[in-house]
Amino acid sequence: MKIILKQVTLLNPEQKLNEKNDLLIVDGIIKKIGNVKEEDFKESKIFEFENKICSPGFFDMHVHFREPGREDEETIESGSNAAAAGGFTGVACMPNTNPDIDSAEIVRFIKEKAKNHLVDVYPVGAATLARKGEALSPMYELFEAGAVAFSDDGVAIKNSGVLRNALEYSRHFGTPIIEHCEDESFSDGAMNEGLTSTMLGLQGIPNVAEDLIVMRDIIMSEFIGGKIHIAHISTKGAVEMVRQAKKRGAKVTAETTPHHFTLTDDSVKTYDTNYKMSPPLRSSEDVAAIIEGLSDGTIDCIASDHAPHAIEEKEMEFIFAPNGILGLETQLGLVLSELFHKKHLTLPQVVEKLAVNPRKILNIRIPDIKEGDAANLTIFDPNLIWTVDVSKFKSKAKNSPFDKRLMNGKAVAVINNSCMFFEDKFFSI
Amino acid sequence: MSLSNKHLLGLQNVPKEDIQLILDTARTFREVLERPIKKVPTLQGKTIVNLFYENSTRTRISFELAQKRLSADTINFSTSTSSAKKGETFKDTVRNIEAMKVDMIVVRHQSAGVPQYLTRISNANIINAGDGLHEHPTQGLLDMYSIHERLGKLEGLNICIVGDIAHSRVALSNIFGLKTMGANVSVCGPATMIPLGIESLGIKIFSNVDDAIAKNDVLNVLRIQLERNAGTRIPSLREYHKYFGITSERIEKNNKEIVILHPGPINRGVELSSEVADGPYQVILDQVTNGVAVRMAVLYLLGTMH
Repeated sequence: MKIILKQVTLLNPEQKLNEKNDLLIVDGIIKKIGNVKEEDFKESKIFEFENKICSPGFFDMHVHFREPGREDEETIESGSNAAAAGGFTGVACMPNTNPDIDSAEIVRFIKEKAKNHLVDVYPVGAATLARKGEALSPMYELFEAGAVAFSDDGVAIKNSGVLRNALEYSRHFGTPIIEHCEDESFSDGAMNEGLTSTMLGLQGIPNVAEDLIVMRDIIMSEFIGGKIHIAHISTKGAVEMVRQAKKRGAKVTAETTPHHFTLTDDSVKTYDTNYKMSPPLRSSEDVAAIIEGLSDGTIDCIASDHAPHAIEEKEMEFIFAPNGILGLETQLGLVLSELFHKKHLTLPQVVEKLAVNPRKILNIRIPDIKEGDAANLTIFDPNLIWTVDVSKFKSKAKNSPFDKRLMNGKAVAVINNSCMFFEDKFFSI
Repeated sequence: MSLSNKHLLGLQNVPKEDIQLILDTARTFREVLERPIKKVPTLQGKTIVNLFYENSTRTRISFELAQKRLSADTINFSTSTSSAKKGETFKDTVRNIEAMKVDMIVVRHQSAGVPQYLTRISNANIINAGDGLHEHPTQGLLDMYSIHERLGKLEGLNICIVGDIAHSRVALSNIFGLKTMGANVSVCGPATMIPLGIESLGIKIFSNVDDAIAKNDVLNVLRIQLERNAGTRIPSLREYHKYFGITSERIEKNNKEIVILHPGPINRGVELSSEVADGPYQVILDQVTNGVAVRMAVLYLLGTMH
């Protein structure tokens, strides 16, 4: 099948590409950029994408698809549909499933389930067996089966000696260790520690709970020479430590989430459990530091930490509710509304944070926009104003604090694996 | 005169007029409690559920007595396990109870925010009887009533709350209520028990209990709650008593005019010596009596609102 994206702005900072042109895609392969002939127009399905941006497909390196284990909350299929609707063509899914992704069988199971979908799903293996922080998982086997990184996500690797071994062992295949940085001796809190937690009578989790583990991990990474990736960075102190470590040449990278650059702990005031996550929403000072870290490149990429939960589990007494919120279908809207329109990031920087850097961190090839290459593309409109409606989400879960929020900017279409998602439908191209 | 809100979730943001109205109304009911027949027909026909998700003896009995003396029908629902563990969600439990047509819910829960959540899922008047580490407004009100009863005013008084401020719902309700009524509120306790950012509410911190006694008109001494893990924040009860316990010697050395409150139950020999707990400075049993009157006032004012 032939399709033409007409007069779309092609944007890929990796290729220094930023031009408005026609794009001819035949059977999922980019055939022509510009110079599209009259006869091609006649035979093709035309998409009028003037004033839309076309970049390499976006990649979310931190999602929780609850399969295997909690298919009532999210499956690999429903999660992948949510990813496509949010403008993503690839995701890395975290290992805290049930059972954990700590065996090659589970990696293969996920790859098998994800086959034949527009969205590519890359499993992140558990760093230790059952993420207990004791014995290393069979990392080599997991890597061979398709794991792109290792993490005990949900918690940090408990024991510094085990972290050392994981970092050393993973050097064999160059994958990063992704760390959920939280010192568990502080983790009995339900929200950020500060005046707000005092006023609400909720036990707080101080910034140092994160800072201490970020410091440990950077020190260990510099000692071993292994790659550390800091997941969902949320504190001013952690951003500064990553900044300094990068200046020294440490192999440390970092991601943050849309809620950590959009919301503060003030939101918890209604005791709405959709504002309960780990790490917790922090102060406005932390939010400012995160935005600065995104602008100056300290924070490499943005990831959603998409965490679906059943309604009855989230709609609960605040201290008993589980952590986490949906992210895939609101992420791009928040990046564009809060970072691009507020002039903290340029559009090329947005593409770097959402498409280029996550793949670099995980050693996944960055799709080029060039003739002869398979089309792996996200088309988005940075000026489309829309209102979030969780009832229309592709995700099985509905736990989002952003329902009814007005956003400026949205994905229009995604293309990958000879498949396109446009106007709420998947179809082969 | 009526209250400005149909619920009593906490004393934060409750206007002065409302607090004054509750205290004035309580004075009337306090008088009723001295009569040979201590019952009035005010809430006849109203159904009140006491929903207690956490162990409580005196607060529940106090509410129950207040309800009975107002002639309301009362039902007690007490459980120490969370509904989640039983498989029924909290919301379902509440919906079920409400389906039985109740007018008011008095709730105690180990999670902060539950009373506020109840207002979203129920049409009943909600009264907070203690939520997590957040608020315990009727305790704050009865403390204010008792201080006023002894000293004739609240405005301008220097009142210090002593103990584990960070893990006390009594402390926050006292702070919010007393500040609204114009008192100068301070706190005193080990540094591990002082909540973050409390100074920004205009609260002075005493790190020395002798200073706190010398410079205040009232001490509200909190219970050291071992059940709330207080043991990890102090080396031992012995050491706590040595440096922060209120004893007769300390009072006699620093300020013989002081009034001592305690929400109970008392750990004798920890936060208060037995001499002080039974001595002339304390109003502890008055607080208990006043508690019934204050709760009658709250139930009456909310139960007769239109």
